[in-house]
Amino acid sequence: MKKILFSIIISAFISFNSFAGSDEEVNLNKVKNGEVKDCFEGLNRGIFAFNQVLDQTIIEPLAKGYRYLPSPIREGTSNALNNISLVVTIPNNLLQGDIMLAGKNSARFIVNTTIGILGIFDPASNMGLNDYEKEDWGQTLATWGVGSGCYIVLPVLGPSTLRDTTASLINYVGGDAWYNITVDEDTHYVSDFDYYASRGLSGVDFRAKNIESFDNLEKNSIDFYASVKSLYLQDRKRRILNSDQVIDTLDDSDWDEIETN
Amino acid sequence: MSIKKIVKYILIFNLSFTISSFAETPTNFINKVTTEASSILKKNLSLSEKSDLLIELAKQSVDIKGIGLYSLGKHKKTLSESQLRDYEKLFEKYFLKSFSSRLSEYSDPKINVVSQKYINEKYTIVSSILVGDENRPEIKIDWRVYTKNPEKPLIRDLIIEGLSLARTQREEFNSVIKSAEGDINLLLENLRKFINS
Repeated sequence: MKKILFSIIISAFISFNSFAGSDEEVNLNKVKNGEVKDCFEGLNRGIFAFNQVLDQTIIEPLAKGYRYLPSPIREGTSNALNNISLVVTIPNNLLQGDIMLAGKNSARFIVNTTIGILGIFDPASNMGLNDYEKEDWGQTLATWGVGSGCYIVLPVLGPSTLRDTTASLINYVGGDAWYNITVDEDTHYVSDFDYYASRGLSGVDFRAKNIESFDNLEKNSIDFYASVKSLYLQDRKRRILNSDQVIDTLDDSDWDEIETN
Repeated sequence: MSIKKIVKYILIFNLSFTISSFAETPTNFINKVTTEASSILKKNLSLSEKSDLLIELAKQSVDIKGIGLYSLGKHKKTLSESQLRDYEKLFEKYFLKSFSSRLSEYSDPKINVVSQKYINEKYTIVSSILVGDENRPEIKIDWRVYTKNPEKPLIRDLIIEGLSLARTQREEFNSVIKSAEGDINLLLENLRKFINS
């Protein structure tokens, strides 16, 4: 009953978000990423400043420490975390109508979980099951035409949009098999700790791979908040379009008036 | 004049010669620019000497004025002549400082140019890969090359893993101008602060 109620609340929130989006012509297919509204900018900037302090005092030092681990251990951890994320990616591939990709990712999951020993190794990539891209519930809603809603910054978790934050709640009502077997059900093999440790490690692993890039961006920005927001929204757009083609994500008309030689 | 200074001038002269002979396809142009940048970063020079050479490379291969105008977005139409002149001067200094600082994080970057895509007579996108190492994954970099004058192609944007640096810069500048309710002076002040920091 509790789950049904929760699902109804999420659906209502998503519908509202979608309605708000269409009202303001933020239909994702039409909108440029710069037009996602920053409705709560003051609050967002406050949370962003808090996250920066958290990053400088805890996350970045952890990421730097993590880098001292031998490369094979970091690679194995990264592989295992990627493998776990497939349990959310595969249903989203299906819901986005990408049956071939769902099949490829399922094969990848089976190979890496078995031969790759719980995903620590990645033999699937050597078998042609490579180029893995994560998918989430927010991306699926976007492909269904749900507008992004306002840009928001979440404490600890960082940048998001109303649509993506709301959609991520689906993970906690049965949409994430890893959450289901660790936190939701007592399977005696894995526990709550495993779930939260994997989430924390994902963050540290990502941060460790981007230490120099983050430092560089911060050092060379005159408004770091605006830079992070821009990069986040561009990245979401690229992921939703599932495109590596830069011309799909950029609008050439932006450059039209600039004539210098 | 010290030997070091003479060597520096010779290197800059050499660089100018290499870049000016670029009248080639966008792919070759990017190949030469990245090879040159890589060779500068590998040289046994101090940080400031490397920085000077990188700045010279940027001046000859990047459309700094174009990126500056693009970064202003819709606000470029509201500027007076003198504000625009001030902005262009400051932007060039800001860009070059930021450019050399961003590149100096790499000691020996290996960039492989893989393909090019013709967009129209003014633009070609050249795709490349920055080879990864044990701390950094492989990174896809696309270069927006402005080819209006085929004799002198210029870089207008770097798109790293699908993220455009020019667009990021434009949104950053627009956020600063918006916070000052459309007044460009806050942006100019922030650029000055950055240049003098």
